[in-house]
Amino acid sequence: MMEIGLNHYLVLSTILFAIGLVGVMRRKNLLLLFFATEILLNAVNVAFAAISHYYGDLTGQMFAFFVIAIAASEVAVGLGLLIVWYKRHSSIDLDALTTMKG
Amino acid sequence: MEKYLYIALFAPLVSSLFSALFTATPKKLFTGIIASTLIFVSFIASTILLAYILKGGEPIHVEMMTWMATGDLYIPFGFVVDQISVTMMMVVTLVSTIVHIYSIGYMDHDKGFNRFFAWLSAFVFSMMILVMSDNYAGLFIGWEGVGLCSWGLIGFWYHKEIATWAANEAFIMNRIADLGMLIGIFLVYWNTGTLQYDEAFAVMPSLDTATLTWMGIFLFIGAMGKSAQFPLHTWLADAMEGPTPVSALIHAATMVTAGVYLVVRSNELYSLIPHVGLFIASLGAFVALFAASMALVNRDMKRIIAYSTLSQLGYMFAAAGLGAYWVALFHLMAHAFFKALLFLGAGNVMHAMHDELDPFKMGGLKKVMKWTWIMMTIASLALAGIFPFAGFFSKDTILEAAFAEHHFVIYGVLLFTAGLTAFYSFRLVALIFHGEERYKIFGIHPHEAYRFMLIAMSPLLILAMIAGIFQEPFFGMVEEILSAHEYHIHSHTTLWIMLVGTQLFVGLAILYAYKKYASWSRVPDGTSPIENSFIYKLLFNQYYIPYFYEEYIVKPYREASELFWTKVDMKIVDATVDGIAGIVYGTGKKTRKMQSGNLSTMLKWMVAGLVGLLSLAVVFGLAARYSDKIVIFLSALGV
Repeated sequence: MMEIGLNHYLVLSTILFAIGLVGVMRRKNLLLLFFATEILLNAVNVAFAAISHYYGDLTGQMFAFFVIAIAASEVAVGLGLLIVWYKRHSSIDLDALTTMKG
Repeated sequence: MEKYLYIALFAPLVSSLFSALFTATPKKLFTGIIASTLIFVSFIASTILLAYILKGGEPIHVEMMTWMATGDLYIPFGFVVDQISVTMMMVVTLVSTIVHIYSIGYMDHDKGFNRFFAWLSAFVFSMMILVMSDNYAGLFIGWEGVGLCSWGLIGFWYHKEIATWAANEAFIMNRIADLGMLIGIFLVYWNTGTLQYDEAFAVMPSLDTATLTWMGIFLFIGAMGKSAQFPLHTWLADAMEGPTPVSALIHAATMVTAGVYLVVRSNELYSLIPHVGLFIASLGAFVALFAASMALVNRDMKRIIAYSTLSQLGYMFAAAGLGAYWVALFHLMAHAFFKALLFLGAGNVMHAMHDELDPFKMGGLKKVMKWTWIMMTIASLALAGIFPFAGFFSKDTILEAAFAEHHFVIYGVLLFTAGLTAFYSFRLVALIFHGEERYKIFGIHPHEAYRFMLIAMSPLLILAMIAGIFQEPFFGMVEEILSAHEYHIHSHTTLWIMLVGTQLFVGLAILYAYKKYASWSRVPDGTSPIENSFIYKLLFNQYYIPYFYEEYIVKPYREASELFWTKVDMKIVDATVDGIAGIVYGTGKKTRKMQSGNLSTMLKWMVAGLVGLLSLAVVFGLAARYSDKIVIFLSALGV
């Protein structure tokens, strides 16, 4: 069996990033958009951790922790706004959310 | 003494700024009084400086501050009070004081009373800068300053279309001449490395004649514009649209003599190039005759006096061109006195006649305006050069100078012009003050001017009578710096024949004018044979020169401008600018739809942008890494 190396992690990270990107573009549900964003961020985290291990430098892993912390706070704020929005409009469909039309 | 220099220079500025505070408010008598007082203070300071110089004091030279200092160029705000500038300062401040006081009465009912004093004092300040500066740059600032104030004062009644037209004409004509003057100043700087008079003149003798000639010519072009010499003379007669005190101060006594001042100030340059001097003298003699001939038939009182000014300026240039700089300066001074008096008298007449300017519609005014009659008669006698009035001493010296320098053609022309001068001056006096009271047909009730206006004019009256006695002290004062030599005809008999002959000739011209016009009885209506003769029409239409300028310069220029406007400006310049704006606007209009407000769409665009930028980064990164190979590949393709 082949040993799992850096490239595997990077490919995994790329696949996850692509899935997240497609999710961000395609999903119309605001809640699922948050999921997609989480996937994007975690794809990057995987890459950070893998590269950090590869070089034996802890900076990348530290950075991954920061990303996790920020993602958590982002989701907290985002979900709060989402609930308020749902209370007002009883819908979290993105296509209805066009008040910033130019 | 420096203190007095600064007082003389800055009192008019203070006066102008003070009056300017009230320009938007209704007439306030105190602006006129305070402005006149401040100008009078300037006059007192100038008198003190004159007394100091007369006593043989050293010329005062101050450097107030540095103006420009870059590399080799160093121009200070420097001022000098020497024999020449102190003469000019006296003339300027004396006439200005009188004109300021006179204007309190003359502009009595004018809405722009305060504004008038602001402009008038600003003019005095600019004129003081012009005559006191110790370098050509400062002179140029004053030169432009008086031009600006002249523009503002000719067009003072800006609601009259013709006044604004005349103001613009004067300004534009002077711009043309000022270009020549600027080139002259640049030439001085390039060749001498400085603009300070004394330093520049010290270098000039070592320069070659061609350079000096060009300098002299270009500086004289500037003088031609300001002093309205042919062919830039048309603006002076049109400038008479301004209020009469302005004509007296600016267009007779001071500003128009700035050109003569420039030539006198640059005497060290012009004495190195006598051929240019001869040209100046010839042009001066020509203008003297040319302007006097136009004054013969004109029917506008102020224009007649304006042509007379032009003619006298010609005399001054004739003297200056022949190297008789002190004579030119002396005639400048004497002329300022009697010509300002003549103009102010004309102002009184205009007021009395409700702004009527045609002397043929006046007549017999000596009964109601006795003092104005006396003043204008004496001013005209002085202008004609009758002994013992001011003009006799100054003008006769010019004739003697021309004779002593053996320029008999110039002498003959000037002598003949002296006769014409006497004729048109007394034609005017006879028509206005003698004969039948033709104004009665027009229902006018004339009245004498305010008493204080007449009193204000009296110093000029006295000076017009006695200025001749200053000739000796004046000569003694300026001979130090003007390389002055007295012009004495060697044979006493010749001298006496010339003197008496000139007086007789001038006297006969006066008598002829009186005989012809003193009993004039009707207003000419263009039917008499003389009015239809060719010569009369030629002179009356100013040799058709204004017509020529209008037809062959103004109109073609206007047509060319229209052509450039419609073809070049609209079709090329504007089209380019509009096109660029149109592209930006159109792109914005097309791409605005991207901004749908839908988050999904925006995210898609964001991803698209990200992909685009990333691919660009990859392409450029690869191109940078493999640049050497790409170069080889391209050269193989033969690029």
